[in-house]
Amino acid sequence: MQKESAIREPLILGHKTYKDITDDVVGPIMEPASLGWKILITISSIIAIYGIGSILYLISTGIGVWGLNKTVGWAWDITNFVWWVGIGHAGTLISAVLLLFRQKWRMAINRSAEAMTIFAVIMAAVFPGIHMGRIWLAYYVFPLPNQFGSLWVNFNSPLLWDVFAISTYFSVSLVFWYVGLIPDFATIRDRVTKPFAKKMYGIMSFGWSGRAKHWNRFEELSLVLAGIATPLVFSVHSIVSMDFATSVIPGWHTTIFPPYFVSGAVFSGFAMVQTLLLVMRKAYKLEDYIHVKHVEYMNIVIIVTGSIVGVAYLTELFISWYSGVEYESYAFINRFSGPYKAAYWTMMTCNVISPQLFWFKKIRRSLVATFILSIVVNIGMWFERYVIIVTSLHRDYLPSSWGEFIPTATDVGIFIGTLGIFLTLFLTFTRFFPVLALNELKTILKSSGESYKNEQVK
Amino acid sequence: MKKVFHVMYDDDEKLLVAARELVGKGIHVNEVYSPFPIHGIDPVIGIKRTRLAITSFMYAMSGLSLAVFFMWYTMISDWPMNIGGKPSFSLLENLPAFIPVSFEFSVFCAAHGMVITYLLRNGTLPGMPATNPDPRTTDDKFVMEITTDTNSMNAQDLESEIKKTDVFELSIKDVKES
Repeated sequence: MQKESAIREPLILGHKTYKDITDDVVGPIMEPASLGWKILITISSIIAIYGIGSILYLISTGIGVWGLNKTVGWAWDITNFVWWVGIGHAGTLISAVLLLFRQKWRMAINRSAEAMTIFAVIMAAVFPGIHMGRIWLAYYVFPLPNQFGSLWVNFNSPLLWDVFAISTYFSVSLVFWYVGLIPDFATIRDRVTKPFAKKMYGIMSFGWSGRAKHWNRFEELSLVLAGIATPLVFSVHSIVSMDFATSVIPGWHTTIFPPYFVSGAVFSGFAMVQTLLLVMRKAYKLEDYIHVKHVEYMNIVIIVTGSIVGVAYLTELFISWYSGVEYESYAFINRFSGPYKAAYWTMMTCNVISPQLFWFKKIRRSLVATFILSIVVNIGMWFERYVIIVTSLHRDYLPSSWGEFIPTATDVGIFIGTLGIFLTLFLTFTRFFPVLALNELKTILKSSGESYKNEQVK
Repeated sequence: MKKVFHVMYDDDEKLLVAARELVGKGIHVNEVYSPFPIHGIDPVIGIKRTRLAITSFMYAMSGLSLAVFFMWYTMISDWPMNIGGKPSFSLLENLPAFIPVSFEFSVFCAAHGMVITYLLRNGTLPGMPATNPDPRTTDDKFVMEITTDTNSMNAQDLESEIKKTDVFELSIKDVKES
């Protein structure tokens, strides 16, 4: 039995027993859906349908319906792609990296954070798919022997590395998440009474029975998967950043991109986790499991990664001047004083200044402030990608081809639509899946539960 | 005919203490069913450390070799291309560019191979029936399974030894030996 210092804040509040944990998580699944949930899912599915409609319009008409032009060949599509992949990073970071560091507070948030990861990566994968124009030829990105000649895909290209990175990341996160879900599905299977639900959870629980040998393997599997998912998280966004960094575009061609992108990804991912969980804990009455201390821990991660991002912005600016390359310095002068200066300063305010507010304990522990700042951070991180992509492209080496990007209704519609699809998936998850990792929470009840801690003090 | 004792406890520590006592008296515990991993139970009831991690390493190595071989075949042997005049006509020269995909593919094989092995070895596959003796063992109860056929003690002695521990509920079933 592991013991924990009695003065450290308990992770599970209230005087819970093992049964209470099951009841609190499985209870909402067995009850009929709440009105709030029905309203939210209706709104989000309408937005999702609008997004799907926009995508179909794009595919049937052509990429011309986006605001792209001769100079700006990548804009909202890749901005949204990088933004969504970045958001996805928090889930794996929480479940893998924090597992290796034995951070027990992760157990209350890892399940939903990882669900968020999976849905965010699905949304990310939409954009490179549709930006090809002819999505029915998307299989060309895979190294398939084909009848079109002996050409193979180019393994020297970061765009191809990305194909491997994103598909590995998605599938590994999915199995990692699902393997953890199996024992919890078994708990639901043994609790629900409706025959159809019992059957479904029975299939999804794979006949899990909680044998000692199986738990022994389960723990080994979680540890090894966490071990290999950790470098995977760092590799994925590094490779995404290499899509830019290995090119010769001023503003993209910088060696700090991989660490800068990875910390930006974790930064935005944690912000999205905060946005979703602050609502979820209230709606599903999980305040005892996800409480102020958890929010504070996540805010500390946001300060750290946000500060790294801030330093990276300043380093970029300094190096563009210090390098003495006039194209490089122009790219940055154009960023902060050119036609996109509003986007640049939004990015600077949201990402560099706003997370610094979390140094104040009052703000760090305030749920309202956290909720507002988490949205601010996500807006800032979207603008970061927009600034990097569009401002570096729109004025290239040839001033006669300088242009500006103006998003069209389809650009906006597809982005808003992915938000709708994402929320629909997440709401479905919270309705039918165990939103907390039951089996993991039960293992920390005696070391970090409130009533057990009080006993220790006596 | 063998007798199967399903001894239920309402706390993981009680089960651990009981298992230690019973095993100390030479009783063999066949199985333990619990809603979460009970740390420290494995050596008591004689479960060895799993070798899953070793399989994962082997899957990773196969993935790595497969990826490197495939990239060598496509990029160097089958159809070499001059990309931006970069040196790419031997494996060694082209290797740095192959690192990301080699890494990703090793992780892919290690993770999926290990999970598939885990599911097959556990016998937990989609649609398999649950075999826990009581539905409460996935909630807050802990069950120890002891049978007469793996123990030299007779049923009465076993029962009295079991009852000396902090039992929550005890169910005894007669099962035909297959």
